[in-house]
Amino acid sequence: MLTAKLLADRRGLIFLAILAAAAILVPALNLLTPEGSALHVPTYAMSLMGKYLTYAILALALDLVWGYCGILSLGHGAFFALGGYAMGMYLMRQIGPRGVYGNPVLPDFMVFLNWKELPWYWYGFDWFPFAALMVVAVPGLIAFIFGWFAFRSRVTGVYLSIITQALTYALLLAFFRNDMGFGGNNGLTDFKDILGFNIQSDATRAGLFALTALTLAAAYLIARSVVMSKAGKVLLAVRDAESRVRFLGYRADNYKLFVFTLSAMMAGIAGALYVPQIGIINPSEFAPGNSIEVVIWTAVGGRGTLVGPAIGAILVNFAKTTFTTGALAPYWLFALGGLFVLVTLFLPKGIVGTASDYLARRRAAGAKPEPVAAPTPDPAE
Amino acid sequence: MTSVVTPQEPAHLTSSLLYLDDVSVSFDGFRAINKLSLSIQPGEMRAIIGPNGAGKSTMMDIITGKTKPDTGDVLFEGTTDLTRLDEAAIAHLGIGRKFQKPTVFENQTVEDNIHLALKSDRTVLKNLFWGISADEQAKIDKILVTIRLAADRDRLAGDLSHGQKQWLEIGMLLAQDPKLLLVDEPAAGMTDAETIETAKLLKEIARDHSVIVVEHDMTFIRDLGVKVTVLHEGSVLAEGPLDVVSADERVIEVYLGR
Amino acid sequence: MAHAVFLILSRILAVLVVAFALAHPAAAQTLDTAALAKGFASRSFDDVEKAVTQLAASGSPRAEPILRALNDRLLVIAADGALLIDKAGAYENAFTGEAVTPTAKPTPIRVNNKIRTTLAAAMGALTLMSPDRQKRLEAAEAVFKSRDASARPLLDKAIAAETDARVKARLIEARAAGVLLDQTATEAERVEAVATIRARGDQDAKGLLSSLPAEVPPAVKAAADRAITAIEAELALWNVAQNGYYGLSLGSVLLLAAIGLAITFGVMGIINMAHGEMVMIGAYVTFVVQETIRTSFPGLFDYSLLIALPLAFLVAAIVGMAIERSVIRFLYGRPLETLLATWGISLILQQAVRTLFGPTNREVGAPSFMSGAFDLGGLVITYNRLWIIVFTLVVFFALLMLLRFTALGLQMRAVTQNRRMAAAMGIRTNRIDMLTFGLGSGIAGLAGVALSQIDNVSPNLGQGYIIDSFMVVVFGGVGNLWGTLVGAFTIGIANKFLEPYAGAVLGKILLLVFIILFIQKRPRGLFALKGRAVEA
Repeated sequence: MLTAKLLADRRGLIFLAILAAAAILVPALNLLTPEGSALHVPTYAMSLMGKYLTYAILALALDLVWGYCGILSLGHGAFFALGGYAMGMYLMRQIGPRGVYGNPVLPDFMVFLNWKELPWYWYGFDWFPFAALMVVAVPGLIAFIFGWFAFRSRVTGVYLSIITQALTYALLLAFFRNDMGFGGNNGLTDFKDILGFNIQSDATRAGLFALTALTLAAAYLIARSVVMSKAGKVLLAVRDAESRVRFLGYRADNYKLFVFTLSAMMAGIAGALYVPQIGIINPSEFAPGNSIEVVIWTAVGGRGTLVGPAIGAILVNFAKTTFTTGALAPYWLFALGGLFVLVTLFLPKGIVGTASDYLARRRAAGAKPEPVAAPTPDPAE
Repeated sequence: MTSVVTPQEPAHLTSSLLYLDDVSVSFDGFRAINKLSLSIQPGEMRAIIGPNGAGKSTMMDIITGKTKPDTGDVLFEGTTDLTRLDEAAIAHLGIGRKFQKPTVFENQTVEDNIHLALKSDRTVLKNLFWGISADEQAKIDKILVTIRLAADRDRLAGDLSHGQKQWLEIGMLLAQDPKLLLVDEPAAGMTDAETIETAKLLKEIARDHSVIVVEHDMTFIRDLGVKVTVLHEGSVLAEGPLDVVSADERVIEVYLGR
Repeated sequence: MAHAVFLILSRILAVLVVAFALAHPAAAQTLDTAALAKGFASRSFDDVEKAVTQLAASGSPRAEPILRALNDRLLVIAADGALLIDKAGAYENAFTGEAVTPTAKPTPIRVNNKIRTTLAAAMGALTLMSPDRQKRLEAAEAVFKSRDASARPLLDKAIAAETDARVKARLIEARAAGVLLDQTATEAERVEAVATIRARGDQDAKGLLSSLPAEVPPAVKAAADRAITAIEAELALWNVAQNGYYGLSLGSVLLLAAIGLAITFGVMGIINMAHGEMVMIGAYVTFVVQETIRTSFPGLFDYSLLIALPLAFLVAAIVGMAIERSVIRFLYGRPLETLLATWGISLILQQAVRTLFGPTNREVGAPSFMSGAFDLGGLVITYNRLWIIVFTLVVFFALLMLLRFTALGLQMRAVTQNRRMAAAMGIRTNRIDMLTFGLGSGIAGLAGVALSQIDNVSPNLGQGYIIDSFMVVVFGGVGNLWGTLVGAFTIGIANKFLEPYAGAVLGKILLLVFIILFIQKRPRGLFALKGRAVEA
């Protein structure tokens, strides 16, 4: 049954095939071809693509809550950043005595602040399994607590969006503080090793890239299996007519809480993969604007399609890199702002949603319609 | 109260399926429900009529847990206090509701709509699996036939006609297999043929369920042929067979505004 | 520490000398100008300091301008050794005041910190008798802080001559400070001095009373201790009042930023993320108006804000209406989409302003009636904050009146309460939507004029207010202007009272967390509408 349904998902299969190919080909072209060869993928380009893929995971996570459950979180950047910080703390501990101040335990910024001891919440982060657990546990726990309060008291629609903004804003302010013990303004950086491998080496970067591509594939499969399950149908029902779902006897809060927490964990993993490839994590990742940008990636690609948001994240960020590194830099914000306006006005279903509508119309009647049509706006909100 | 009201004897209270006593609720000083008392017997079908603002929808909201009354008792099966429970818990007890405006899940197929409503475990974890048991599939098929939508099972619910959406919603109620069905204006916006068909459908259902129908359409009520309660300004104005009630002076006054 | 002691000692010494000189006018008639000029011209700082002291002691009417010139680095030595005062490029003889044209460029006299201290004390004493009230006040303060007993004869003279009650009180306090530390004074005199200083009741008074030397008699010491306790209690009270005032001030800023949002979000239900940019536009209009006035009509500078107000309202309202017509009206009933589209607009507006005016902060000046501060008891009240509070309340009540008593207000309420009914009654709902949004945006523009006085005018100005504004509106209760008022002042005052305990940043975080929790408890805010209608 499961395999049959998965195989019926042609769009997903193509997506997974491309990811698998990328996971093999890009690292191979980086490691096995000589520099200067036409086929060579430079390490920086590979890391850049790796960054896009982590964003794709983030957008996919957002799609799970927004596209399928109608929760427009404007704070998903916070979960991404929390996962990133958890990974950053592990990487900081791996520096050991190789820091500028040579302290075997304390990271440089703590020595600089004249701290004598490692704060308790840094314990355990030198052990990778613990750090990896924290990568999902911290965003998951915060999302759970936040969602537990919010969903139970029926905060919905824009109110929820606004308080998720406030959440990430509060975290931004908190992480800027030096005495929080997360490096303040500068964040965490100057990483050396990950699991004993030199973080700067091409082979490590290649490995991280392949891992990111596979994680995106795994995230897709998990999200897909959730939305195809009966619980997924409930989520969709919550999105379209929440109170009706309650009268059917479902605890809509629990469903929302489940998917919100799951999504936050996925965002945390994305952040954890982002940090070693970029080499830094700082409080600006919590900026409210970042979280809103994730929404536009999702919207561009097409919410409620899973594949779309991943594509949207890659496209928008590719455009951003192209713009901001060239002579067009001053116009990037015009372009991004225009994208927000144009997509909401003219392309509400995004690229993938619009394309699949078009294909569906071409194929006309006959086939069983997919239950996951992109949402029609709910005027009751 | 007028002579039409049949006083409830205490012995009936315990056997009532639904029992409202002296219930009041106000919104910003406006008394939507005013000392309302009502009792429904197991297996009974009751029609509730009343002009706009009589408190019909608010009464439904109170029974289903959407609104909490300021005072009064709402008992289900003689013992369960509904005012302490939320919507989901009340639905679990076996009270199903069909809204005035048909609310189906428009982006899902007719079959999925019934599947979602089907009586089953409602927890998240139990529903993370795919697929559907043969037993469940059989129930779904049976309901689809009952609500005359077997041929439309794969269509999106949003593409159905208005009348079909009403039936689908009734089908969803049936799938919940509730002890009590609350049906809010099932014939609203229907063609005459659909209205007659709907009345038939409800009578079929009433054979093994208790039903409360809120309706404006007098012909429809007449087709149902059941006991009628008239609400006015949040309390019961009259109760009895339709012919008796519609002859009542006060009811005529309220309805015709004399 | 040693440095501080030295400073105090040298200041006391200087005041001593000056006081002596002024107390004995007979000794101060002749002025050895040649020796003084030589002293000032010396390369040794000690000689210069000596010259300062001598000049101050001379009692000459020229002493004050010369010392002031030295303080302002305008005292110069000509090539021929004459002491000159630099009057913006023209020179005059320091002792006679005659205009002089030096042959070569004169050299300025250099001072070090030690001289500066001596200078300050000397000038302080000299100005006790100055005809300028402000200068006398400052001088009395300087003597109070120097706590010098030997200035007493001079102070007595000044007190006798003083007519201004406030200056007189300060002089009496200064005298009491001297008496308190004077070992030769009687115990009764010193206890009385404690009472005088107690009456002053500020931080300086407390500082003086708590740093009494060991020699003071126990009775004086006991009186001082009692006085300190009393002052502390009083200061704590003033501190609360001051925090309350700061809170009021912050609350008015929040209200000003949120009030337009209370219209667009609270009344119309539009999530306008570009609201902050309307505020920013208002601030830039103020900047442009001031620039125009500066270059073309400098005389009108004090009216610049008044001129900017209608313009800012108009510009922001027009931009707002353009946004409503071109984007928002296609998104009614789709709040999440509106949120995204207006966020995009905010990015565009920010970048447009950045392109036009550059990314850096722009200077917006304060007209004279908005600069400065005054004391109200133990409160320091700055004029700009006070005017902003007044302005905010005026805007708030004007808006309230507009909504309640004008035809436009009536139509706005009609449309927002029941659009179809309003349309059926012949109200052009499209036009009302546009005007309502324009009104909300225009008010944001007004806020921009006021905020240009206390915040940096930069393209990011608006971003800092957007989350706060939404918090205020949501906290207060959507669709209720009074709720917005109460919400803004509650948040403002709570913030300022949290700050001393938690620090500015943590205070703000705590407040955000509180509001997040509050919204979950009461999703419809403080003053929520209840009932079935709102859930539809």
